[in-house]
Formats: sequence, structure tokens, C-alpha cells
Amino acid sequence: MTREEIFNGVQEIFRDIFDEDDLVIEDSTNSDTIEDWDSLNHINLVSAIEKEFKIRFALGELQELKDVGAMIDLMLTKINS
Amino acid sequence: MTSLTYPLSNVLRKKKSLKRKLLAEDRSWIHKNIAILGGSTSAEIKNALELFLLNVGIKPEFYESEYNKYYEDALFTPSELLEFKPDIIYIHTSQVNIAHYPKLQDSHEMIAQDLQKELDKYQSIWRALAKFDCAIIQNNFDYPLDRSLGNLDAYDPHGKSNFINQLNQRFAEAAQEQKNLYINDINYLSAYMGLKNWFDRSLWYQAKYAMSMDAIPELAFNISKIIKAIFGKSSKCLVLDLDHTCWGGVIGDDGLNGIQIGTETAVAESFTAFQSYVRELKTRGITLAVCSKNDHSNAQEGFSHPDSILKYEDFTAFKANWEPKHQNIAQIAQDINIGLDSLVFIDDNPAERAIVSSQLASVAVPDVGSDVIRFIDYIDRNGYFETVSLSQDDLQRNQYYEDNKKRTEVEASFQSYDEFLQSLEMSAEIKTFSPLYLPRITQLTNKTNQFNLTTKRYSMGEIEQISTQPQYIKLYGKLSDKFGDNGLIAITIGRVEHKTCHIDLWLMSCRVLKRGMEFAMLDELVKQCQSQGIERLLGYYYKSAKNSMVADMYKSFGFSQVAPNEPVTQTHQDTIWQLDLSDYTVQSQHIKVN
Repeated sequence: MTREEIFNGVQEIFRDIFDEDDLVIEDSTNSDTIEDWDSLNHINLVSAIEKEFKIRFALGELQELKDVGAMIDLMLTKINS
Repeated sequence: MTSLTYPLSNVLRKKKSLKRKLLAEDRSWIHKNIAILGGSTSAEIKNALELFLLNVGIKPEFYESEYNKYYEDALFTPSELLEFKPDIIYIHTSQVNIAHYPKLQDSHEMIAQDLQKELDKYQSIWRALAKFDCAIIQNNFDYPLDRSLGNLDAYDPHGKSNFINQLNQRFAEAAQEQKNLYINDINYLSAYMGLKNWFDRSLWYQAKYAMSMDAIPELAFNISKIIKAIFGKSSKCLVLDLDHTCWGGVIGDDGLNGIQIGTETAVAESFTAFQSYVRELKTRGITLAVCSKNDHSNAQEGFSHPDSILKYEDFTAFKANWEPKHQNIAQIAQDINIGLDSLVFIDDNPAERAIVSSQLASVAVPDVGSDVIRFIDYIDRNGYFETVSLSQDDLQRNQYYEDNKKRTEVEASFQSYDEFLQSLEMSAEIKTFSPLYLPRITQLTNKTNQFNLTTKRYSMGEIEQISTQPQYIKLYGKLSDKFGDNGLIAITIGRVEHKTCHIDLWLMSCRVLKRGMEFAMLDELVKQCQSQGIERLLGYYYKSAKNSMVADMYKSFGFSQVAPNEPVTQTHQDTIWQLDLSDYTVQSQHIKVN
């Protein structure tokens, strides 16, 4: 799976969770740039991503990530390993 | 909305757009206050529950306890919760809240004490919440993921699974004794999903959710089924197609000997299993109907197959003809006298499902596919026929409908309707509420929509209160005739103030329409009023989407409409009626009372 494919899949999930059909995410997107991105929605995001891409994040793995780009990089290694 | 029915998928991911779409629907919402007292995080459970309730026409307001403050909130009720006046309290606890598991060295006596301690905690919660007079929905317990005792965990008294089984048994007993206590069976739900899909350790450590994100919508769906049943919004009638639904093959082409039913082949067995499930529903009071494109005689013949579990007589309505199915189904609802939203339609043919669901939006038409092996899941998992008790009335309902069929047949042979009514030899019991009937009375106030003047809903607690308060005149009516007993079918609640009796509630089951029962109820109400020196009756008609049949009831009683300039709130379609009791003459003619 290419980085771009993952990126687009993640964007779809963001659009669903925040109910904005034209939401565009970037590598630098983080919880400060999306108003609704609270801890509750964070869990929703993560579990939707895990389900969609059939991966699991280990405890603590996500806490060190600073933005969407870093998360997609981590996903890339998980999906293609 | 199909994404909120079995099989669920992506509910939480789409929750925002689902909520937006549900709220945009034009429907008459029932408003309910729901308090969630959680032993673990409940935020997303609340959000999911909201969706499932909106989907059945209930618009909830929520109160949520602070994290893990379910016990404190119940026992030392905060004023916020008191003022919230919940209609439902949901206690969201699970195995993570068990504090007193047996230790391996404990004696049997000590284990019994542990069990009692756990039970006492919940008993005191339920007792403390009794002041709200509302329904309490209580989770039972799921099993933990791990069991260090292995299989022994299940049968040694020190085992956690063993302990949980005993607790669940005690909860079940408590719910049998305590009216208003309903068990949300997460033990079953978690087993159905599989424990490894039910519990997510990572989510528990991160956010203290006691179940996985996949389990949360399932849990909320399950709770919504109970709430739906409590408020009488469960379906009542199952409408079945025949060929490829009740049996394999086409009766018109294959003939009686050619259809697949029985135990000879795997396919035949799967249809037999479906019929057996349907038969179970029927025995607990669900009404059955057939809607099939067939010649009537062929269709009827199918049920004469020696291996057919269902018989022709099991169906209260039987429409086998070549008319469009939506027309037949509308007719079925009319014949049985229930709302379209009480019907569930099962058909293996997607084109037939599509026409019915597009023409009759309120009929439940699950996308069951074409394989009978999955039909049961669609009925069972969607909880269409969820019930919170097996009341005598539910068990007898089909008998009532069958008796009504006989009455209709007899009616045709009389010169006049009065003559017919006289021939029924009706006798009624019209009396003040008594404890035995309070559950049925509550049930009727919550599910009667058509012959209901104010559509005021009452909780069990409110009905209990009214039954003890002298300022209320509260009557129930039971009606029987030579064809059978109709059970308790009419309720009138009058509130007495200054020699006036305000009729807060007047309802009757549609089972006994046009039998003159309402006049017998009026006579009895007037009799009781007069004995208390009450001078006038005030009747209220509040228009709803379903009660137009009684818009003129008070007029037919001889009440006069109160001029709209009276200082009483009225919207344009609601009306108020009064009757002076000084020269009242008895109105009922055909019913012998008490």
C-alpha cells in the first residue's frame, strides 16, 4: 500500500468522524488544527483506522506522534511489514 | 435507518452524520430523560444510544454520572439528578466493577459473604433509586477475558466465572421480584460477539471503556431495544412471504409434495427451523400474517404439509393474491387494527422488499437476503419483538384476534348492528385500579395510540401513585362476551378539583372498538363522580398523528365544546369539552356491568 493510498483512506475517516465531506488533511494536521478533535474523537479516529487498515497500535505508540504525517509514517511501516 | 439495524457497521465512525440525518426527519418525537450511572466510561455509549433511540422516534436528554460515580450518584443523589427527573436510569456496570472476588483460600461461607456484599451494593442502589419511580435498566455481568484457573474457573466456587454466574442468577431473581428493574443482558451480548471482540484491554487502559469500540454500538442497540419495549414501541405482527421464505420451492409450481419443509434435506431443515422460530414468536403473543403472490388455495395448501410447523390457523391475516404487496400489507394492518409501524415484513425477494419499504416507510423491512438460514438473525438481532414481561395479556393476544374474527363473521348475519351487539352477551368489569392490574394498566397507557384522547404516558411509579391518591378517579374496564374474554382494555383517569373532574386520560384498546365499551366507562365515571358530589366533567382531546378516530368522542357523549376563549391553553386542533352532571342519563345499552 502506498503512502498516498493510506493518506486518502485516513482522510475519508476524518471526513466521517468530523462529518465534513470536504475536509482536507495535511501531514501537519494535528489536534490543534481541528476544533472537534478531542480525546473522545481521538479514540474514535484511532479505532476506525485500526479497523479500516486491519492494524493495531500498541499502547503508548500514538502518544509520541505529533501530527497526521507522523501517524501515517507509522501506519506505513505497520501495513507493509 | 438501515445503518442502525442488524448487522451494524461503522456506527461510531458515522455518528455525526447519522445524528444529523435523524434529527432532520419529520416525525413526532417522544421526549425521554435518560440518566446513565456508569461504572466505566460512558461517553460514547451515550452517543450511540442517542442514535438508536432517535431511530425509533425517541428523543433523549441525558444525564451522565461522573466517571465511576454510579454508586455515589444513586445513594447520595445530587440535586442535578433530582431535577433531571429521569424516565429511565441505566446502570452501566460490568465485571470491571466487581470488588469482592473470592480468594483461593476462602471458605464457602466467606465466598457466600462476598456474593452477598456485591449483591447488597446493587440492592441498595436499586432501593435508593426507587424514589424516581422510573424504569431501571441494569447490566448483568460479562466474563473477564482471562481465567487463571482454566476450565476449573467455571465450576469451582473460587472461580471468577462461577462467581459471576451466581451473581447473574441473583440479578435475574431481583428483576423477577422488583417491577421496573430490567436486565441488560451483557453476558449474552458478550458471548454473542465473542469475549475477545467484546473487551479491548488497550481501550480499557487508555480510556476506561469496559468494552471495545465495536461492542459499544451493540450495547447501545441492546439498551435501546429494552427502552423501546418499556415504552410499548415494539412491533406486534410478523408478515411473511411464502415461497422460499416459509418453505423451499414454489407451491404453485412444485405442488405440496415438491416444496422443501421437514427434516429430509438440509434445505428443508433450514425452513423448518425458521418456521419453529416463528411459531415461538406466535406462542408469546406475536401476531402472524401472510402476504404472498399466490393463489389463495395453493398458499393455504402449503401449510397442510405434514411437516409444516405453522398451520393455516396460525395466521390472523392471510393475503395470498396477485395484488401489489404494499396494498396487501396496508390491508393487513387495517384488518388487525394495528399501526403500520407495528409490522415486520420478511420476504426473500428484494424487489418485493423494495416496493413495500418505499410505499410503506413505517413497516420494518429488513434486508434479509435470499437465504432462509439468515432470516432468524434479522428478526432476533433487531429486537423487533423485544418484550419486558410475559404478561398474561401478551400470551392471550392472538386468542383475542381470533375471537374477533368469529365476531366479524357473526356480525354479517344480523339485521342491525344493535342486534349484533345485543347477541354478544357482553359483560364488563369496571372498577377502581387494583394492584394486580397496575402492570397491564401501565403497559396500555404507553402503547395505546389510536383510541387515546390525550396520549398521556405514565410510568409504573406514576400509576402506582395515582392508584393511592383519593383526588383521582381511576377506572379500568375489562370486557368479555360469548366468544371470549378481551382482558383489560379500557382506562379512564379523572383528576378532581373543585367539584370538577378533569379527564386526564381516556383510552381503549382497539381490540374492542365499536362495542359501546366507552359508554359503559362513561356511565361508571359519572356514577363515581356523582357519589362524590362532583358537578361537571371536563374532557380534553389532544390531537396526535394517530388519534383522529376519537376527535368527536366527547361530542358523541353529549359533551359541549368549551369556547376557545376559556383560560385554558389550546392549540388550534386540541379541543376541550364539558358535561354538566346534574341531569345525566345512563348511555350504555348492551353491556352488563360488574
